[in-house]
Amino acid sequence: MCGIAGIVNLGHQQPIALDALKRMVSIQQYRGPDETGAYFDDYIGLAHARLSIIDLKDGTQPIHNEDKSLWIIYNGEVFNYPELRQELTKCGHKFYTTSDTEVILHLYEEKGTNCLNQLNGQFAFAIWNSKKRTLFLARDRVGILPLHYTIHNQRLYFASEIKAIFANKEIIRSVDLESLDQIFTFWTTLPGKTVFNYIKELPPAHYMSVSPHEIKIDKYWDINFSSNTETLKIKGDDLVNEISETLMDSVKIRLRADVPVGTYLSGGLDSSALTETVKKNFNNELRSFGVRFENKDYDEGYFQNEMVDFLKVNHSEIIASNDAIGENLENVLWHTEKPLLRTGPIPLYILSGLVNQSGYKVVLTGEGADEIFGGYDIFKEAKIRNFWAKDPDSKLRPLLLGRLYPYIFKDDRLKQTLIAFFKNGIDNPDDPFFSHNIRWKNTSKIKNFFSEQVKDSIKDYNSYSELKKLLPANYFDWDTVSKSQFLESLIFLSNYLLSSQGDRVAMAHSVELRVPYLDHRVIELLGKVNSEIKINGLNEKYLLKQVFKNRLPSNIVKRWKNPYRAPIHKALLSNNLNLVKEFCSEDAINKTGIFDSVKVLKLINKLGKLDKAGEFDEMALIGIISTQIIHKNFIEDFNATRFESDNFDQFYDYRSINDKLKKVF
Amino acid sequence: MSEIIAVKEFIIENFLFGEEEQLLLDTDFFDEGIIDSTGVIELVSFLEERFNISVDDEELIPENLSSLQNINLFLQKKLNKKDA
Repeated sequence: MCGIAGIVNLGHQQPIALDALKRMVSIQQYRGPDETGAYFDDYIGLAHARLSIIDLKDGTQPIHNEDKSLWIIYNGEVFNYPELRQELTKCGHKFYTTSDTEVILHLYEEKGTNCLNQLNGQFAFAIWNSKKRTLFLARDRVGILPLHYTIHNQRLYFASEIKAIFANKEIIRSVDLESLDQIFTFWTTLPGKTVFNYIKELPPAHYMSVSPHEIKIDKYWDINFSSNTETLKIKGDDLVNEISETLMDSVKIRLRADVPVGTYLSGGLDSSALTETVKKNFNNELRSFGVRFENKDYDEGYFQNEMVDFLKVNHSEIIASNDAIGENLENVLWHTEKPLLRTGPIPLYILSGLVNQSGYKVVLTGEGADEIFGGYDIFKEAKIRNFWAKDPDSKLRPLLLGRLYPYIFKDDRLKQTLIAFFKNGIDNPDDPFFSHNIRWKNTSKIKNFFSEQVKDSIKDYNSYSELKKLLPANYFDWDTVSKSQFLESLIFLSNYLLSSQGDRVAMAHSVELRVPYLDHRVIELLGKVNSEIKINGLNEKYLLKQVFKNRLPSNIVKRWKNPYRAPIHKALLSNNLNLVKEFCSEDAINKTGIFDSVKVLKLINKLGKLDKAGEFDEMALIGIISTQIIHKNFIEDFNATRFESDNFDQFYDYRSINDKLKKVF
Repeated sequence: MSEIIAVKEFIIENFLFGEEEQLLLDTDFFDEGIIDSTGVIELVSFLEERFNISVDDEELIPENLSSLQNINLFLQKKLNKKDA
């Protein structure tokens, strides 16, 4: 994978400065440390930082078509490129590299924007038509790779990462308070938004067409779930076989690379299934990588070791200590570019460092299986609460929640108050956000920490109304579980799991993640399966378990699902660190102006005395500290001119000024 | 009544971080999301320590703990029993 950047003149402008593009590439060079390239003409500057994975020798970008009228910069992988290339060759297209990049360019030449429907992969790219002066920007279906943009003074700036856009000092940097409202409700921003004013993200499955006259954004694919009327015809073993074959092919094409491919192995079902598939079918020399925790409450070492012994895989691990998590928070936020309500991305940042040191550039990971196959507790919780809502006075129905959260329900002292908590909202099962509302309501309490000024600025803003605009027309026909799956996929998957906890912390160490469960063929197949089959009773990911029941130890298939989490208050308030002193002192909080310093200090004071903190307090703590750090490093202390770089390794210069200079000299 | 003032102060300081306005005598802590499951443990530990009482498992029900009003009634009962 790579980093891309570009500036397009939308009106009559000064020529685009070469240095601007050099800075934009340099600031995100970890995305592509192997080589850089650029294309310039009078209207556009395109630049690229390359992490070489396919066609190591000739894949240097930008890449052009036969008559050099089309130019592409591209971050990603299209895994079905050999098949597409064959078809395009038959149509007469000539290739000068063996890369997937060139395949996309010719497919676009052949099919226009419809090319996107044929791409199976993860990507964000820009294609410039120098004859028509049009630009085509596109992003993959589920948002595995990032693409940001802004328009300023009749110029379009775009880049993989926001910091590359900020590398132009004319771009205004400020925090978008509506986005903060979204983060402190949904745990992340809604698609299209970033935490910064004026900076937008091209949403997953969208493309942007830029011409001298207009900018248009369109959607090319929808994530869909079955309504009761259009479920899949095949059932039972046939369905399990079809899923098994689709997954096998998804993994197979994701192993296409001219460098070795490893896997992440946590000891959970999803990563164990992937590692088994690769080791037993494709690569006996496979290397796997895993996270261990110093704090035993979070550690999955037992299951990880069981899988390592079972597969005899060459496994390496990092041990995430509380101090290491705290120490790396600031670095991680430089990459996530948005506040966090969890510390989960930090161990994965440390892990990608190990992958890089081990000489690996690519790993397969299990992200997406929970969303697509129905793995999260919140889906089962919604199912139980929906059942309870039909008889709200039942004393027995809520006890099913105890099967879902045995670790908290085992404490008899808490049982009744927990039930009171989950009862919230069951009088309104038709609420479109029935499954998520209690969580969002709980998270929203963090907004009580906002300063009076911030509260006043967003008093009329309603993030729920924004979310409602993003729901598909048939959403209301779906059952509770499908609705819940959609919300997880729309919000949490692309903007947190694949971003803050995925691409960003992997690319920080120049590591590419590939996610076989998010092959669009897998998503579309499972989208047609009734949720009653996906979650059989309260047995989550039933179909995935059926596929792997004879291929993995039964301990792994039948084990209780443990959500991946990392320590928060013990890590951030460690005496060995100065995080609070540096970013959350009374002065620092008042200077930023986002939070109320009196309340924040009360929270820190309270947590400092507790051995075990509540979920809400921990979420507030990391949310506040991370917002403070983002503000300091991206707004207060950001120096746009700090990032200089050498000349581009490959430079195509079509600026008319050069012709004039040639005539003079 | 002085007991409930102390409880109110504890809740404002520890769960509302100084924000007094939203806490009335009948505000439901669970409906309003003021106290979550870990919060219940904090609250009960405070009641036991401050008023030198012991709260039994079967007394840990929303009817006893869900609002200032309910805590007040519950506390009076417990304290009267202790005195008797």
